[in-house]
Amino acid sequence: MKEKLKQIHQAALESLAEVKEAKALDEMKVSLLGKKGELTGILKGMKDLSPEERPVIGELANQVRKDIEEKIEEMKKRLAAEELEKRLEKERIDVTMPGKQCACGHKHPMTNVIDEICQIFMGMGYSVVEGPEVEKDYYNFEALNIPANHPAKDEQDTFYINGDILLRTQTSPVQVREMEKGILPIRAVCPGAVYRSDEVDATHSPIFHQLEGLVVDKGITMGDLKGALAVFAKELFGEDTKVRFRPHHFPFTEPSAEMDVTCFSCGGKGCRVCKGEGYIELLGCGMVHPKVLKMSGIDPEVYSGFAFGMGLERVAMQRYGITDLRLLFENDVKFLEQF
Amino acid sequence: MDISMSWLKDYVDVDVDVKTFVEDITLTGSKVEGYTEIGKDITGVVVGKVLSIEKHPNADKLVVTKIDIGDAEPLQIVTGATNLYEGAYVPVATHGATLAHGVKIKRGKLRGVESNGMLCSVEELGCDRHDFPEAPENGIYIFPQDMTLGMDVRDAMDLCDTAVEFEITSNRPDCFSMVGLARETAATYQKEFRFPEISVKEEAPGNIDDMVSVEIQNSDLCPRYVARVVKNVKIGPSPRWMRKRLRSVGIRPINNIVDITNYVMQEMGQPMHAFSIDTIEDHHIIVRNAKAGEQFTTLDGVAHELDPSMLVISDPKKAVAIAGVMGGENSMITGDTATVLFESANFHGPSVRITAKKLGMRTDASSKYEKGLDPNLCQTCADRAVQLVELLGCGEVVKGSVDCYPNRRDPWTLSYDPDKINALLGTKITEEEMINIFRRIELVVDPAARTVQIPTFRPDLESMADLAEEVARFYGYDKIEPTLAAGTPTVGKMTYAQQITHLVKDVMVANGLSEGMTFSFESPKVFDKLRIPADSQLRKAVQIANPLGEDFSVMRTITLNGMLQSLSTNYNRRNESAALFEVGKVYLPKSLPVTELPDEPHRLTIGAYGKEMDFFRLKGIVESLLTRLGMMDQVEFRAEKELPFLHPGRAAVMEAKEKAIGYLGEVHPLVLERYDIGVRAYVAVISIDDLVVLSNLDKRYQPLPKFPAISRDLSLVLREDIPVRAIEKTIQKYAGPNLRQIRLFDVYTGAQIEAGFKSVSFALEFRSEERTLVDEEVKNTMHQVVEALEKEYGAVLRDK
Repeated sequence: MKEKLKQIHQAALESLAEVKEAKALDEMKVSLLGKKGELTGILKGMKDLSPEERPVIGELANQVRKDIEEKIEEMKKRLAAEELEKRLEKERIDVTMPGKQCACGHKHPMTNVIDEICQIFMGMGYSVVEGPEVEKDYYNFEALNIPANHPAKDEQDTFYINGDILLRTQTSPVQVREMEKGILPIRAVCPGAVYRSDEVDATHSPIFHQLEGLVVDKGITMGDLKGALAVFAKELFGEDTKVRFRPHHFPFTEPSAEMDVTCFSCGGKGCRVCKGEGYIELLGCGMVHPKVLKMSGIDPEVYSGFAFGMGLERVAMQRYGITDLRLLFENDVKFLEQF
Repeated sequence: MDISMSWLKDYVDVDVDVKTFVEDITLTGSKVEGYTEIGKDITGVVVGKVLSIEKHPNADKLVVTKIDIGDAEPLQIVTGATNLYEGAYVPVATHGATLAHGVKIKRGKLRGVESNGMLCSVEELGCDRHDFPEAPENGIYIFPQDMTLGMDVRDAMDLCDTAVEFEITSNRPDCFSMVGLARETAATYQKEFRFPEISVKEEAPGNIDDMVSVEIQNSDLCPRYVARVVKNVKIGPSPRWMRKRLRSVGIRPINNIVDITNYVMQEMGQPMHAFSIDTIEDHHIIVRNAKAGEQFTTLDGVAHELDPSMLVISDPKKAVAIAGVMGGENSMITGDTATVLFESANFHGPSVRITAKKLGMRTDASSKYEKGLDPNLCQTCADRAVQLVELLGCGEVVKGSVDCYPNRRDPWTLSYDPDKINALLGTKITEEEMINIFRRIELVVDPAARTVQIPTFRPDLESMADLAEEVARFYGYDKIEPTLAAGTPTVGKMTYAQQITHLVKDVMVANGLSEGMTFSFESPKVFDKLRIPADSQLRKAVQIANPLGEDFSVMRTITLNGMLQSLSTNYNRRNESAALFEVGKVYLPKSLPVTELPDEPHRLTIGAYGKEMDFFRLKGIVESLLTRLGMMDQVEFRAEKELPFLHPGRAAVMEAKEKAIGYLGEVHPLVLERYDIGVRAYVAVISIDDLVVLSNLDKRYQPLPKFPAISRDLSLVLREDIPVRAIEKTIQKYAGPNLRQIRLFDVYTGAQIEAGFKSVSFALEFRSEERTLVDEEVKNTMHQVVEALEKEYGAVLRDK
């Protein structure tokens, strides 16, 4: 019987080595270890053995059974691993093929610029406010200290609806509307469309966008104006950006200034873009004119403030290297998808 | 405004190079646009003397010359010029020379004869006969006198100068002049400013009062009129120095009298006019408003019809000039004019501007006047002009002037408070420094009273804020320390409406749409293109009184035109698909004609075409927006046949609380045709303002399901015209509260379905929050649902 067990053991190990798939293993397990299996058969014959032989053979039989079970299990794992490997190999794909993108849309470059600038100012405590595009002459001109016959009021620049109503030529009237609300202090930016009577070409459009800023509080100084706009310029164009303030004239600010930033193209060394100056004009600004404060119902003896305004198309064009303004209004998806 | 640097040095010593100058003067407020170094490019051109002229051996039209340029050996130069003679002094471009416009001269052979340079005309030196009237029309320039041989022609002909172009702001009319900018320069560098010394000899016999009289009828439009008279005028070219100065600031020299008026205008900023006195009836000048329909021909030969808003200079019979704009053909200076009347007058700026604009003739004079000039300049400039006449020796000045000055401008006084100025600027500038700055710009300071007297040429100085700017710009804007505003803190934020607008854009982008931007004014023809009926409210648009053209003449009341135009652009550029959105305004008048500001509601407009796009994709985008805004359950889509620009069978109106908030659909084929779009296109327009009101961004946690769901499919056959939404509503009504989801998964017409009928399949999901549902109750519910559908719509189960 001992011999028989050894024989079974040997035969089992040999055929195990031949096994190529998991299914054959299961069959083997049944034929050897199952209810009707060979080994089970042997164990059934144990009852015929002498009491001395029984424990010896019993132990041997258990050893054989355990070993076969283990070997089968081992083989099973090995086969599973091989099979997985084969499958993985078979499932190999060409990862250099293009990915499947979901159709993602793109915001307009002007929106990107407006959002970015508004974010910067919101971080400094400014609210985003809006005003009408069809505006009263009073808000667009008179309340901004632009007298009736000022060249800025020239009909050649302004689209009129009638004598009193026009398309705003600047976002500055929103300043007046904010001040008239009488809620102080004011820290606000106002982005929006403005209109001037320019024929469409690569650098002109009768509709374009400006962003206006206004701060009114007690004790606001020109130093505060410089500080706020220097922070803004660094945020928008990078930490290395330098600003330069030049005296200028706007009817609704006094003192007035224009702010230049170091040229994006050459970083201030001077190049063709900045005409060798190293600086590019970015915005107009100044301390709110006392007359303007007074007209809007704010006492210039108590409050002071600063205001600034900039054209946004130019910022977008410079930022993205867009060379023709008309592209912004054509809405060709090949253009829009670049932003 | 252009100035000449060499001319500027008449009034102020500038000892920095031009690059430093333009930077410094820009930072004190006179912005330099750029500068040109005139004559700088011309190199290697020297004075030479013609020693000999011989025939060219191989060419009839060429000669071989020997030119002495002061070197040991004369140069042999071949030329085609015919005006040369032996002994003539000429400009010689030597080997390696550069002429105007970058032309290089090299030694070479002309028809076999060596030529070591070129003899130059004035044109080749960047000039013309306005600069050098003595130059021949065609030929080499010959110096009118003997010259030093080998001398650089830039010095010999005085060709070099630097022209600086300024951008002068409208508040500084005084800076539209050499003296104005010289004053700024002197203040910038704390140098002495030298106003020209003006004195007149007045050698002609007689007195002007016996010769000329002036009457101002409208002193509002003409505050002052000064006249001077010059006799025995000899018209001729002005001297080189004057011509050069005029040329360097962009003015073409004409003749001595005209050049003098231009010179004074450029120097002082005061336009001058010269009349031929004998053309003025009775020698009596009347400054009056034009008569309605008055005909007048200006000296450029153009006939104008005037109106009473315009001011003219007239004699008792006829107008002789349009005040501040241009003189008349009837009184102009001609070659045989013997006696000239110089006008140095002050006119109301806006009036001149409007007149010039109405007549379409903005002149040098009108553009100076329109800024508003100082009437106290008039006498000075009249004197300056006749002084120059004497200097040029081109006439004899009659004693005295007629000065009619009904509307005086006197200096005014402003007070200043150093503390307040420092408070506004955020500086600690001392009072002494402020006073110093005031004095530099010719304000008369009374330190005890803390007042300054403002000279009349500075009308821009009206308040302490203006004085603060003067202090700041000469103290240096760059020296003001940047600070961050203290004061009351504020929270920077967007309004709820702005947040919703941002969200709308984000959802659109997430759905694959790109944002477009279109014009808010358009052509009234758009209404026809969009098939909008003649009586539609949409046709009541805000009209622009002075549009760029009909195509841009009405403010849009509907956003579709811009969108369809954009789709058309994409289609015609062969973009396979386009999916766009725009957030923009429409402009709805409250009444016509417009008497108050129109409403400006915001609209979301979607437009798309392409393989992926159909009505239901578009609707899906809209639904995803409504879902994101938490308002999907408030909106119903209703089929709508009456939107003229949409396909009558593929259009829907969106309604919330019984109000239309938008529409969507396929574009009507006739509209597609008009926009030249060759594929089906889809549009949606939604009122953003309604989205703001209806949106609900409040989020509430709902417990996750604890019990399993039971799913049932329901396939029905029913009449084709019954909308799916109606079936859904009935299902919802009868399926009870355990119905969690209802999803349409198939609609079918065709084989096996009777004509006029359709098969519609839904997947229903039931679940209870309290317990596990049993098949039996769902079965009963489904039974009720089917019964109700049969009763209401005659729907039958498909598999029955």
